[in-house]
Amino acid sequence: MQVNEDKEFQPLIVAFCCNWCSYAGADLSGTNRLNYPANVKIIRVPCSCRVNPMFILRAFQRGADGVILCGCHPGDCHYTSGNYFTRRRMTLLFSMLDFLGIERDRTRVEWVSAAEGAKFAATMNEFTEAVKKLGPNLRLEDLRCRKQ
Amino acid sequence: MQEAMIKRAEELFSNGTVNRVLGWKSGEFAYDHTPAVFTSAEELERDFVCDDFTSANLSKYLVKETKKDGRILAFLKPCDTYSFNQLVKEHRVDREKVYVIGIPGGPKLDIEKIKAKGITGILNVKNENYTLKIETIYGTSEMPFFEAVSGKCASCKSKKHVVYDELIGEDGDVLESDRFAMIEKLENMTAQERYDFWRGELSKCIRCNACRNVCPACTCEKCVFDNPDSGLENKAAADSFEENMFHIIRAFHVAGRCTDCGECSRVCPQNIPLHLLNRKFIKDINSLYGTYQAGENTTDKAPLNDYKLDDCEASVVHERGVE
Amino acid sequence: MFRKITAERLNQLFEEISAKQGLYIPVDREDGTAEYKKYESGMKLSNALNTVRSAKDFFFPQTENLAAFKINGKNIEIEDIRRECEDFVIFGVRGCDAHSFDILDKVYLTDPVDSFYKNRRDHGTVVTIACTRPSETCFCTVFGIDPTMPGGDVTVFPDGDGFFFLANTEKGESFLADIDHLLEDGDASRLMAVQENTRNVLKKLPLAGLSTESFGGERLNELFNSDKWGELSESCIGCGTCTFVCPTCQCYDIKDFNTGDSVVRFRCWDSCMYSDFTKMAHGNPRISQLERFRQRFMHKLVYFPANNNGEFGCVGCGRCLQKCPVSMNIVKVMKALEVK
Repeated sequence: MQVNEDKEFQPLIVAFCCNWCSYAGADLSGTNRLNYPANVKIIRVPCSCRVNPMFILRAFQRGADGVILCGCHPGDCHYTSGNYFTRRRMTLLFSMLDFLGIERDRTRVEWVSAAEGAKFAATMNEFTEAVKKLGPNLRLEDLRCRKQ
Repeated sequence: MQEAMIKRAEELFSNGTVNRVLGWKSGEFAYDHTPAVFTSAEELERDFVCDDFTSANLSKYLVKETKKDGRILAFLKPCDTYSFNQLVKEHRVDREKVYVIGIPGGPKLDIEKIKAKGITGILNVKNENYTLKIETIYGTSEMPFFEAVSGKCASCKSKKHVVYDELIGEDGDVLESDRFAMIEKLENMTAQERYDFWRGELSKCIRCNACRNVCPACTCEKCVFDNPDSGLENKAAADSFEENMFHIIRAFHVAGRCTDCGECSRVCPQNIPLHLLNRKFIKDINSLYGTYQAGENTTDKAPLNDYKLDDCEASVVHERGVE
Repeated sequence: MFRKITAERLNQLFEEISAKQGLYIPVDREDGTAEYKKYESGMKLSNALNTVRSAKDFFFPQTENLAAFKINGKNIEIEDIRRECEDFVIFGVRGCDAHSFDILDKVYLTDPVDSFYKNRRDHGTVVTIACTRPSETCFCTVFGIDPTMPGGDVTVFPDGDGFFFLANTEKGESFLADIDHLLEDGDASRLMAVQENTRNVLKKLPLAGLSTESFGGERLNELFNSDKWGELSESCIGCGTCTFVCPTCQCYDIKDFNTGDSVVRFRCWDSCMYSDFTKMAHGNPRISQLERFRQRFMHKLVYFPANNNGEFGCVGCGRCLQKCPVSMNIVKVMKALEVK
């Protein structure tokens, strides 16, 4: 276990993972003993399509510095087409956040299958690093939720 | 125009086609007309008005009105017909219960633009060859008609009626408008500039919900913001986050269904350019998923209810424009 | 002898006041409307008749935290977050808004006294400004308000090239004493002419003839059961614009916000137009927009005078007339319901 001794900024990352692919992918990266940062908090959802824009915003409100949404690869959705709808929705939502001046690197969609444990770990490492560079989320935070 | 409308409404009353008329009722001043339902010829003669200030979109009232008995006559401007069509498409309005008369659209005037010139005590406003003669308690003033045109009419997208049973006046065409100019301007700013711009605008929000309530696309029986168990605020501007949240979700929920009628910005008591949020979605949809105009017809699939196998990935947002 | 300041020295006055305490003045916005802002060097006093949001915000803000609950292990600590408010001055309040404070006082300063409101009220100095160019939407005179003598702690009278000062309260006198070195003796004869002129305009306003005679507690049942409400409320879209720009609307809701590890209890303005207004465990007593719409006007024109010696809960500022998305307002309601 690493101790954060020099008080380096540690972002809080919320990862919405679809039950059928990405959550299993996270599991696989664990059983393969691959490292990914403890900053990532996974929320399991039945399908990436279950995530409505409010989930993403709520995560930021409650202190997330970055939000990533992982689902099955296009074409592989357990419910046939869920992730295709997700793709359109999230594109528009992220574009809107960008339009409002929220840093665009705080949000991401990534397709991770149940067999891609390595991709899951790599994605999380990379995303956490990117958010760490941005620093704390100040533009879309709720001051009332700021930890003292 | 007004006389022709009253005459035609009276005919439709007397031949039993309709039992109510949806229009505008004149108010205390030259400009404060209220949407109203008329039930008799006498009421029409007395109160019905249609002039440069009847800018309110009547379509949303038909959600409520078509649940009542009988057919209602609705006078719809071109932009209102788009909203109406969208409501028909979403099965919120019963098309059979409405007799639509298309009337020419604006440009309509915005009294606030007249008042912004420092003109006060307004008793009457007359349009003489595109010069407004404004009679006030303090004497008469003049200003060019086009300087007082309402924001929503200044960037009119179409003079065409997409649905009607009959027309009074001529039908127009879909227009080439520069309605995305401001969006492009914002897109070309840096993220910090955009953030500052929107904080400046959205921090004015008083959470009156007028933008939501007037919106013809916002017709949920119970809005998520009105659900006390949702943990969202429906009336408190308690934190800047709440302002962002409300306006993002409001615009997102009508993305792909918003016809760009401009009512949200018209009614905002703080003059926040809310239509820009909606237009951003429209512009994105047009460029990413193909040109789409909500309300144009009742058959096309809405862009967010549809997908293509080769749609762009969300990372497209990261790849374009200014950081 | 009247003391006055020349228009050129007004900003010097603002500088001096703002050096000692918070100063809020109406300033112009780009869109031609005005709003109150905390004074900073270089700001210019707006000429606009009134601000979009009323001055009640200073004493009764839209949202305000009441208490915080911290969860500490198995204990819940209640934190009293009340703090003594700092002194502040609101400059340029119109007669209608100044009178609205009297109405709010009747609600919040009678037993049980609202300590949050009282705190702000005690520390605020109200400097009113006399109206010289009332608008067609003004009808304060209907409720007995004289906008040429707007009250408050200090009144400022513009006469074209300067501003005369008059203290109305003790607080006002000490305020004037502090700034006396910036003032000079002025000839008030022109001021009288300005006032006379304004009073003549007030008589000619289109809404000057509005009558309140048909309203008050005596006609409660008759007005409540009037069949006009259906027609009047038909166009109402149920937004809260009228209530939120209103200087006298005083209803609020108390809510808890869960921050994740604590709870913040706050209050925020409520609007009788909203579906969750006065919602209780059993539901909402006013389920239709008609009932909610009626509540607003019954409160201002019937219930409030019935409980407050005939004083109406409206000051005729005209904000709802200007801002209602569908132009349905108290004047239209009064005209529809009055007994001719």
